[in-house]
Amino acid sequence: MHFHDGRIPAEYTRYISRKISFLVLLIFLMLLSLVLAISLGAAKISMTDVVRSLLGQATTHQITAIIWNIRLPQALTSMVAGAGLAVAGATMQSILRNPLGSPFTLGISHAAAFGAALSVMVLGGGIMTSNSVGAVQITNPYLTTAAAFLFSILTSCVIIAIARLRGATPEIMVLTGVALGAFFTAGTMFLQFFADDVQLAAMVFWTFGDTARASWSELTFISLIALLVSLFFFANSWNYNAIDAGDETAKGLGVRVDRVRMLGMLLASLLTAVIISFLGIIGFVGLVVPHMVRRLIGSDHRFLLPASAVGGALLLLVSDTAARLILAPHVLPVSVLTAFMGAPVFLWLIIRGGKR
Amino acid sequence: MILDVQKLHFAYNGQAILDGIDFQVQPGELLAILGPNGVGKTTLLKCINTIHRPRGGTILVEDRSVLHMSPADIALHIGYVAQQNETARLTVFDAILMGRKPHIRWRPSRHDLEIVDSAIRHLHLGDKTLRGIDQLSGGELQKVCIARALVQEPRLMLLDEPTSALDLKNQVEIMGLLRRVVDEHAIGAVMTMHDLNKAMRYADTLLLLKNGRMHSYGPTGQVTAEMIESVYGLAVEIHHINGYPVVVPIESVAEMSH
Repeated sequence: MHFHDGRIPAEYTRYISRKISFLVLLIFLMLLSLVLAISLGAAKISMTDVVRSLLGQATTHQITAIIWNIRLPQALTSMVAGAGLAVAGATMQSILRNPLGSPFTLGISHAAAFGAALSVMVLGGGIMTSNSVGAVQITNPYLTTAAAFLFSILTSCVIIAIARLRGATPEIMVLTGVALGAFFTAGTMFLQFFADDVQLAAMVFWTFGDTARASWSELTFISLIALLVSLFFFANSWNYNAIDAGDETAKGLGVRVDRVRMLGMLLASLLTAVIISFLGIIGFVGLVVPHMVRRLIGSDHRFLLPASAVGGALLLLVSDTAARLILAPHVLPVSVLTAFMGAPVFLWLIIRGGKR
Repeated sequence: MILDVQKLHFAYNGQAILDGIDFQVQPGELLAILGPNGVGKTTLLKCINTIHRPRGGTILVEDRSVLHMSPADIALHIGYVAQQNETARLTVFDAILMGRKPHIRWRPSRHDLEIVDSAIRHLHLGDKTLRGIDQLSGGELQKVCIARALVQEPRLMLLDEPTSALDLKNQVEIMGLLRRVVDEHAIGAVMTMHDLNKAMRYADTLLLLKNGRMHSYGPTGQVTAEMIESVYGLAVEIHHINGYPVVVPIESVAEMSH
């Protein structure tokens, strides 16, 4: 071909640099929030002490204990969960070609809530105790987590089975997901109707997503899944860009569209299922963070995916810190606050209109 | 020879859509597929790059059977411009860069970026480099889609009704562009069309389909009014205005129904 007179346009280079700068700025904000989040709480710790402790330098025993046993795992859990949910949402929005694509669209969260309710009611995972701050705890959290996970994955398997049968189009997958979501919501309501008040409280309590639930070992497990799945998505950035241009165009570019769509949907479901089974349902992050990022830097997945991950981590970390402080000494579950924090920002972005 | 299609057969739900299709495309040849709505023009196009898998026959692109090539390998030889194109918040440059996808392993090379820049300038899209494709007019978007297929550096271009959604000026511009690209780069192009006049003006060869079979196939100059009448069921005359063939229906559909 005769395309030998090209040179890389300076304006394009600047445009890419701007996106990288945006990503670096987000990462900086996230690290700053991390230090701030750890320093704030019932016991005030100075930011210098936080940084010193994180860097492994000696501080007092008390500070080390608070940071490493309580605040750091919770802060990191918020970040990993926020990042994972946002990346899963960004991917689902692309492969389902639906701006409402998120774990909720496909009924995964509803299935998890049903699994948890079933575990509380039928499998006896729900004998609760009250703790000092008045919150309830589920005594057999592993059983509840396992049941929630099982039903989430079952849901995505059903969606994939139907998609294989009838063709992996966005319409079929979204409609199947909505139907399954309604099915499991009805199932949960059925269980709640017949539950006694202690069980009912446990079921409702489980659905409040709370990042304080994860221990270091659980955090490690969630992080590992989040990292692997995110890397897979990132490696598929060009495939998702191509699918955005239309299935036929993507096929013409050599993309195995059905396979990419099924695999993306399965892994996004897996990541979401792991996060919400351990932490409970955390809405809004997966839906809205990708849209925020898209409005700021466009929908090129090479940048959208990493920026969504960092943006999700930032949003959930800030929300979680606010949730711990806002009604102190009462600690709100973060899921109550994500939409409070995110919705005004999102509305502002819609009104202002995005630039590319 | 760039494309050699022989005895192509395609069926859907047990019903034959296309049968006994044979044609060839040489370097520098622009072939137009014509026929009534629903006759299988788009299906035929999609069979060539295996978006639809034919049930029988052979399709050779530069002497290799596409039926035995991987999708990525096919994308290195065949560029496809779909009729429907979705837009996203993607710049013109990045949208065209996507055409390099079959060549890109992990990230685009300097060479990839240079080819995109060159294509942008050849298609006079230079002032739109960083414009979002969701802000383009229909004609500009169609140019981006053609540019995307061009930077694939294919030997064969497939275009599904490349001018159907465009105004007159854009139709002429896009057809002129295709003619120039096919000539300059000595590639082959197959396009489906409804507009007989544009097809006869710009294509070298016409393939008329009727009921999923080939009705007639040959150089544009050999097309007769009888052929068109037989395919579309409408009496026409072919006149020449300033040397360009123009197909004129000689009775209206309303008159025919009496």
